[in-house]
Amino acid sequence: MNLSLLKRGARAIVEAVEDAHQAGDSIAQRLRELGFAPGEPVSVLAFGPMGRDTMAVQIGFTRFALRRSEAARVRVSLSLPA
Amino acid sequence: MSNQAAEAAPLHIALVGNPNCGKTSLFNRLTGARQKVANYAGVTVERKEGWFRLPSGRAVRLLDLPGAYSLNATSPDEAITRDVCFGRMPGEARPDQIVCVVDATNLRLHLRFVLELAQLGIPMMVSLNMMDAAARRGIRIDREALQKKLGIPVVETVAVKKDGANGLLAALDSELPLIPPRLPENTDVHAAVNALLAAAVSVPRRTAETDDRLDRWVLDPVWGVVILVATMFLMFQAVFAWAAPVQNLIEEGVKALGGLFTAQMPDGMLRSLLVDGIIAGVGSVLVFLPQILLLFFFIICLEESGYLPRAAFLLDRFMLAAGLSGRAFIPLLSSFACAVPGIMATRSIQHPRDRLLTIMVAPLMTCSARLPVYALLIGAFIPERAVLGYFSLRGLVLFGLYFLGVVSGLLVTWLVKRFGSGDKDHALLLELPSWRLPHPRDVAIGLAERASIFLKRVGGIILALSILIWFLSSYPAPPADWQHTAIEYSFAGRIGHAMQVVFAPLGFNWQICVALIPGLAAREVAVSALATVYAVGGSGGHDAAAAQLAPLIAAQWSFGTGLALLIWYVYAPQCFSTLAVMRRETGTWRTVGIALVYLFGLAYAGAFIAYRVGNLLA
Repeated sequence: MNLSLLKRGARAIVEAVEDAHQAGDSIAQRLRELGFAPGEPVSVLAFGPMGRDTMAVQIGFTRFALRRSEAARVRVSLSLPA
Repeated sequence: MSNQAAEAAPLHIALVGNPNCGKTSLFNRLTGARQKVANYAGVTVERKEGWFRLPSGRAVRLLDLPGAYSLNATSPDEAITRDVCFGRMPGEARPDQIVCVVDATNLRLHLRFVLELAQLGIPMMVSLNMMDAAARRGIRIDREALQKKLGIPVVETVAVKKDGANGLLAALDSELPLIPPRLPENTDVHAAVNALLAAAVSVPRRTAETDDRLDRWVLDPVWGVVILVATMFLMFQAVFAWAAPVQNLIEEGVKALGGLFTAQMPDGMLRSLLVDGIIAGVGSVLVFLPQILLLFFFIICLEESGYLPRAAFLLDRFMLAAGLSGRAFIPLLSSFACAVPGIMATRSIQHPRDRLLTIMVAPLMTCSARLPVYALLIGAFIPERAVLGYFSLRGLVLFGLYFLGVVSGLLVTWLVKRFGSGDKDHALLLELPSWRLPHPRDVAIGLAERASIFLKRVGGIILALSILIWFLSSYPAPPADWQHTAIEYSFAGRIGHAMQVVFAPLGFNWQICVALIPGLAAREVAVSALATVYAVGGSGGHDAAAAQLAPLIAAQWSFGTGLALLIWYVYAPQCFSTLAVMRRETGTWRTVGIALVYLFGLAYAGAFIAYRVGNLLA
C-alpha cells in the first residue's frame, strides 16, 4: 500500500520511502529528511480541487502538500482501527 | 558595559534553521532597523546581514541564512546555507558561531536539523523559538534536559515579544562558545530525535486545534477555492477603495503646492522647471503610494499568516496544466506588487526550467507600477457607470486588465509546455506551516522597506527623468515666427515626431511616443512624462498639470488611442529594474533578450488590435 492510494481522512503508519528510479532520488531523500520515517503515523487531510493529483498530509506534527508521484514513494501499512 | 568588550572584534554569528521557524522575526528582533540586504558574490541569492550589541557591549554581525531543511541542498537557497556553514562560500568567512532556530511546537521536524548541524564542529546554540505558541498548546519542554543531551546551550525565545530575545542575548554574552559532541557514524537520526523528544518534550495534541479547524475549510477542494477567489477579490477591491481618501489628500497637496509656487514666483524658466517639471512629474506618481503600500500590506499579511502555501496547494494542479509548478504561485503573486521581488522569490523553485519559465512570465502579472498608467487612462476614457447595479465599470475594466495579464502569462507557459520538451519530475513537497497571526512589527518592517524602495525610486530616477523630460520639452525655444505650439519645436517634439513612423499604426501621437522613452526606465514614469509634456506644452495652463492630465488626454486622444496604450502597458516590459534582476537571477543576457522580444511583440500586436477595435467601439 502506498500513500498516494489512501483516501481522505485515512490514517496509516509509514514503512519506508522507496527511491523512484535508481538510488540518488533526491525527492525520496528529502521525504526521509522531512520525517517520513518507519513507524511514523501519517494521515491524509485533503485532496486538491482537480482530481487526486495533489494531496495534503500530516506526518508527525507537520503538514505537507505533495504530488501523487511524490506520495507514491512512501510505502505505508494501514493502522489498526482504534 | 565594559570598554574591553565594546572594543573587541565583532562576533560573526549566523542564524540557521528550517523554513517557518520564525528566524526572520528573531533576526528583526535582534537587529531592528540595522539590516542590510545585498547579494552573495557571484550568486543571485540575497544576503541578509544586520548588527547589534550584546549587553556587555560586544558588537555582533548577524547573518540570516536562507531557511533549509537539510545540508543536502536541493535548491539554490539551501546551497547557500550549506556553503556558508561549511565555509565554502567565496568571499564569506565561516561564521564564528551558529544559532540554530527551532520551532518549539514542532521539535520532531526541527531537531533533526540541529543534529545535522552538530556534525559541523562549529560552536552552536539552540534558540527554542515560538515558546508562546508552545505554551498556548500545552507543550512542555524540559529545556535543561534538552541542553544536557545536546551538549550545547538551549535558550527559550519569543521573537515576537519585545524582550523575547533577552535570554539569547544573555547566553551569547556569558556562555563560552561550545562545540556540540559529534554523533557516531550511521546514527539513525530519526531514532535519536525520538529519544530526545521522549526525554524532554511532552505534547498533548499532535496539531493545534486552530490548524485543524481552519484547514478543514481552507484545504477543502470546493470551499478552499471559494475562499481563495474571495480573498483575492477582496484584496484588490480594498486596494482601490481604501486608498482613495489618502490619494485625494496627496492630490490636493500636490495641486496646492503647484499653485503656491505659481503665485509666488515670477514667470520664467525656473518656475516652469519647478511646477511643470518637478512637481507635476513627481506628484503624479507619488499619488499612488497609498495603493502600492496597501497591496504590499495584504501580500505581507498573507505570507506571514501561513496562507500562501495552502493557496499553492489548491492551485498546483491547475498551474501544472498551464505548465507551471504550484510553487510558482507565491513568486507570481508577489509580482502583482512588483516583479523585482517576485522574480527573486523564484529561487524557491528547484527545477531550473520551471524557474526560468516563471521568471519569463512574471512581468505579465500586473505590477503596481502599472496602476498610475491604468488609473490615468481608465479615468480619462472609461465613463463612471454602474454595471448590474453594483459594480463600477471602471473597476471591471481594471479587473479585466489584470485578468488579461494573468491569462496571457498562463497561455505563454502552456504554449512552452506544449511545444517544449517536458520532463515530468517536478517536485511540489511544500510545508503547510501552522497558522499564525501576522505580527504587526514584522509587517511594519516589511512595509517600511517597500515604502523606502518606492520613495527612493521617486526621489531618484523619476525626479531625474522628470527634469530631463522638462528640459527636452523646453529647449530649444522656438523663434518668434513659429506657427505651431512651442513644444513641437523642442527636442522632445522632434524625437516624438520621428518615432511616430513606427507607432502611428497603434494610434500613438508624438506626445505618447516621447513619454515612452523615459518610460522604459519605469512604468509609472510615463504618467510623469505625459504630465510634463502636456504641462510644458501650455495646453493645460499653469495649474499643477498632474491633476489636469486626465481630462486633457480625454479631450485630445481618440478612444482607440487610449485603449491601445492600455493594452500596450499590459505587455510592454517598460522597466529597467525588472530586466536587471532577470539578468542577475539567470546569469545571462539571453533571457533578457527573449523577454524583450516576446513582450514588445505582444505589446505591439495587442495595441494594434486594440486601436482598431477601440475606434470601432467609440
